[in-house]
Parts: sequence; C-alpha cells; structure tokens
Amino acid sequence: MEPGNRDDVFRFIGCSEIQEILGKQADDERALAELLEDVPLDSVYFHTHSYFLRQRFIEQTYPNDFAEWVGMQVRDHVLAERLSVVDPFSFSSLDFLREEIISIIDDHLSGMASVPRVGFGAPFSFNRSRILEVPTGLEVRTLREFRDAISSVDASAIYLHVFESHLRLQRKENDFSTWIRGTLKLPELANQIRTLNPYLGSLERLRSSLLTMCDAHLAKSGQRG
Amino acid sequence: MISELEQYREVAPKGTIDFLYRLSDLVQGKRFLHITAVRYGGGMAEILRRLVPMMKSLGIDARWEVLAGTQEFSDVTRRIADGLQGSPQTISEEQYQTYLDVTTRNAKALNLDADLVFTHDPEPAGLVDHRKGGKWVWRCHLDAGRPHRSVWSLFRRHVVKYDAAIFSLSGFAQRLPIPKFLLHPSIDPLTDKHRDLSRAEIGEVLDRFHIARGVPILLQVARFDRFKDQIGTIRAYRMAQKYHRCQLVFAGSGVIHDPVGEKVLAEVQEAAGNDPDIHILQLPPEADREINALQRASTIVIQKTLKDGFGMAVSEAMWKGKPVIGGTAGGVSAQIVDGATGFIVHSVEGAAFRIRYLLSNPGIMTRMGATGKEHVRRNFLITRHLGDYLTMLKLLCSE
Repeated sequence: MEPGNRDDVFRFIGCSEIQEILGKQADDERALAELLEDVPLDSVYFHTHSYFLRQRFIEQTYPNDFAEWVGMQVRDHVLAERLSVVDPFSFSSLDFLREEIISIIDDHLSGMASVPRVGFGAPFSFNRSRILEVPTGLEVRTLREFRDAISSVDASAIYLHVFESHLRLQRKENDFSTWIRGTLKLPELANQIRTLNPYLGSLERLRSSLLTMCDAHLAKSGQRG
Repeated sequence: MISELEQYREVAPKGTIDFLYRLSDLVQGKRFLHITAVRYGGGMAEILRRLVPMMKSLGIDARWEVLAGTQEFSDVTRRIADGLQGSPQTISEEQYQTYLDVTTRNAKALNLDADLVFTHDPEPAGLVDHRKGGKWVWRCHLDAGRPHRSVWSLFRRHVVKYDAAIFSLSGFAQRLPIPKFLLHPSIDPLTDKHRDLSRAEIGEVLDRFHIARGVPILLQVARFDRFKDQIGTIRAYRMAQKYHRCQLVFAGSGVIHDPVGEKVLAEVQEAAGNDPDIHILQLPPEADREINALQRASTIVIQKTLKDGFGMAVSEAMWKGKPVIGGTAGGVSAQIVDGATGFIVHSVEGAAFRIRYLLSNPGIMTRMGATGKEHVRRNFLITRHLGDYLTMLKLLCSE
C-alpha cells in the first residue's frame, strides 16, 4: 500500500486489528526473554507497536506491554523502567528492537540473585496482530483539507500512516511527511512531522501534535500571504 | 435501516461510525450466521440482539439461529459448561450420545449455509461435525482456562474441527491446533441498563430501596456467590467507615432454587448484622433500570471478586462515570486502568485503603470517573464489537 502521492491526493486509510493468542505464557522474567526469542516478529510488533492502537486514549504507566507487565504484574520496577526507555522510533527493524529488549532483560537478570516472577498477578501472554486496512473514503488535496481530516478521522488512520508506515518504509519517514514533502512541497513541515516521535504518547496526543504543527504552518503562511 | 447504526453516532468515539460504514463495504453481501442455545437471557444474547440487526443494516446477510433442545440436552450441556469452567463433572456415554443426537437433529433442521458461522458456547459447538462449507468459529464466552480434564478431552474433539476459536481473555483459552483470537465483550449504551437516567428516575429507585440520598454509596453488583466475596467487601467497608460515613449496597439476583446462593446470602446477611447502612437487594433478572439507577447513584463501585468471568460490571460502572475498585480475577484487571479509572487491589485492606483514599479526594473520583467513561467508549462499547466482527468476517473469509 502506498497512500499519498497518486494523483496528488492523499487518501486516508484506517485499520482494524484482531488479536491472535499465541498460547505462549511467561511466569517470570527469564521465560519472558526466552519466549521473546522464539515468538514471531508479529508478536514483537503487537506488544510494542499496535499497543498504541489499543491504548488510543489513556496512556498506561509504561509505553509497551513488556514494561507494563514487568512493572504492574511482577512489580520489578527497575526492569520496567529500563524497558520503558527503549524507543522503537530509533530502531529500523523489529529484529533489532527484539535484540535490544532481550539484552536488557538478560543484563538485568545477570545482577539478580533470583529470577523475579509473577506472584499475585497474571502471566505474560504473547499475542500477535492481524491488521486489516480499511479505506476511509477521506481524500485531501491541500494542507487545510489535510488538517481538517486529521481532526476528525478515525484514530486508526493516524496509527496506520505514522506507526505502520514508519516500519513499512524502513526509514525515518512516514506517509504524512512523504506526501507533504512530495506533493505539497512543504519541506519544513514535512521535516517536523517526520521527526515527530509517535511512541511518546497516545494516538489522541499524536493527533493534537499534528494539528498544532499544521495550524502553526497555516498561520505562518497566512501572515506571509 | 441505516438508523440502527446512526443512533450510536452520539455515543461512539469520533470517526467510528463512518469507519464502520467503510469497513462494511469490504464484506457486502457476506453471509454471517450466529448459532446460540437461547435467544434471551445473558449478556451474549443481549448483544447479539443488537449486533445482528446492525450488521443487516450494513448490507451483511446476518442471521441468528437458535437450537431446539430437550431437558436431557440442557442437562448435559450444563455439565459440559461447568466442566469447561473447572467444576468436576462426569458425562456418561448415554448423556454424550444425547448431545450428539440433538446436535444432529438441529443440523438437519437449521440452515447452516454461510460464509462465516459462529457457534456460541458449548451447546451448538457439535454442529461443526455437520459443516458443509464456509469458515467455522467457536466463540467461547466461558473461562475455559482450567477445565476439568475429562470434559475437555471429550469436548476438544469438536473444537479442533473449527477454523478458529475466540476467547474473551488469553487466560481463558486452552492449547489448540487452530488459531485462537482474543475478543472482549461489550456493552450496549442505548439499552435500559445503560441509557442516561434523569435525577428523578434515580431518586425513585433509591427511595424504593430505602437508600439514603446524600450519603456516599459503595456498590457491588454481583450474584450471591462465594467467589464474589461480598464478605470481604463488608470488611473493607467497615474499615473505611471509621473515617467516612458511607452506605454499602449489594445488588444481586434472587437465590430461589439456588442452594449455594441461598447459603452465601445468609452469610452476607449475618455479616451485615443490623447495620442500617448496608443494603442487600435481591433483584429479578429484568431489573436493568434499577441496576442502572444504582450504578449512577453510587459513589464508588467495588468488584473485588476472587474468581470471575470477564466481569462486565466493571465497564458498566465506568460507563456511568464511576471509579471502580477491583481485584485481579478474570477480566476485571483488563478493564481497570490502575490509578487512572480506579484501582486494582489484592486484599481487603487494599480495598479499604482505596475506598478511604477516594472518599477523601472527591476531585480524583470525578477525574477517574470521566477517564473511565472515555476508556469504555473506546474499548468496550458495542460499536467496537461490531468492528471486530466485521474484521473477522473479512480476514477469515479472505483466507
């Protein structure tokens, strides 16, 4: 899928996720690392990326499922904090992201006398996503139209064009910045949106940030005009 | 017919209804069949009663068939259901044959032709033996995480013939050689149980049950069952009472013909003693408006159960803007965002501490209530459920 540049129109595509249970469960941090080594990359994606699709409104204490489980269920706050600062935005592939998470858990366990395990909480269940892309019918040709569409489109479209495209394009670009740069010829705004780290908050916060950037640019170009 | 979905535009999250229209474009004309044991009673039937017309209004050829059974069939399927939920059960050859015979009769009587067939819970599950075409999915609404071994061994032979199975939580599933999906239940915000009520309607219900207005209300909505731990809730209430006067209301179903429920109710009554601030209500199954009013009148909702299913009472309370204090059982902790929409606690003392904390901080209660409502709006409304079903229809029928 290459939304954007065709006919100079940007077509918003949303998505719907079905969660598949892999049936692999970890009761302690060593099992978490060992199973993480084995599960398909789709599962790494589920617990670090589509996590944001499921938490559209409320930001949980920790920004990925691994940190959330270690912090809230195992109550190992040190490891939870170390896993929280892993920034998926700085990894070009899920493989590298997986390596980073496993190495942090291994390093943490090497300094522990015993392996922290879940006591009263629930085990960690590995799942994976099945994502269905859904054309929203929204098409825009100008920055003003783009801004208005961002304000009302289903949050899943923001997810798909920012999170999903970041991985799909395997570079630090997303569908919005690509279109704004290539079609609208607005490199300054495109760079702002390209460098916007989506992993720092909820989808609704990301929507607000995009609106703020567009509004600032529209106001500036209005003054110039 | 479009109004079936349009009436949810005001309550669903921004963009959702338009998104559902676009999603339904991908599955126009597909035949989607649901099969259940009953048409009335229980959360699953309640939701299907709305989902099926909604799907029809979107251009999907949705149907809902109900099994014709016998008393013997009901007896054996109840044993299977109890066994799947871990209760030791024995199913004789004769009883199992009854299950197979009634299933075969239904297979002949029902039109099973569809692109996607969902059988709900154990009763219609055996119909998969008679499948002709399309994809078949077993939707398990029960907690089958620790089934009784011999019942699971017997029942599993049907489940493995499906193309997929769906569970409400990862922990409710068993190891299976077919894909397993996770799908949370939902509530319908437009029913009597969840629609907005006026102050007068709420006040009338409080007066009818002699519950004082103006005194904070702690509410637990649950049947009288040892796993619902009403006694633990009374202990937590008593600890909190030392700091804040409050009332405790238990709203449960009646216990006629339920010896265990009767015993638990007696224990709860004894623990409550003559405390005029504890109200123990036995409500009929159709008391949706009363439950709605009690939830809206409450200050804090308690769901500190020891064992639970998905526990939709949590989402029901959050939809009414109430903070919820819940335990870790079943789906309770999957609904509460700890510290944001309420608190997850692990003990009676934990519940007491959080009750005291919230009653001392009304501003936090208001904020948590508002956050909880938005959380439910995005994750536990019927509109999300519809989207899941349409996605499932598209993904499974394209394979």
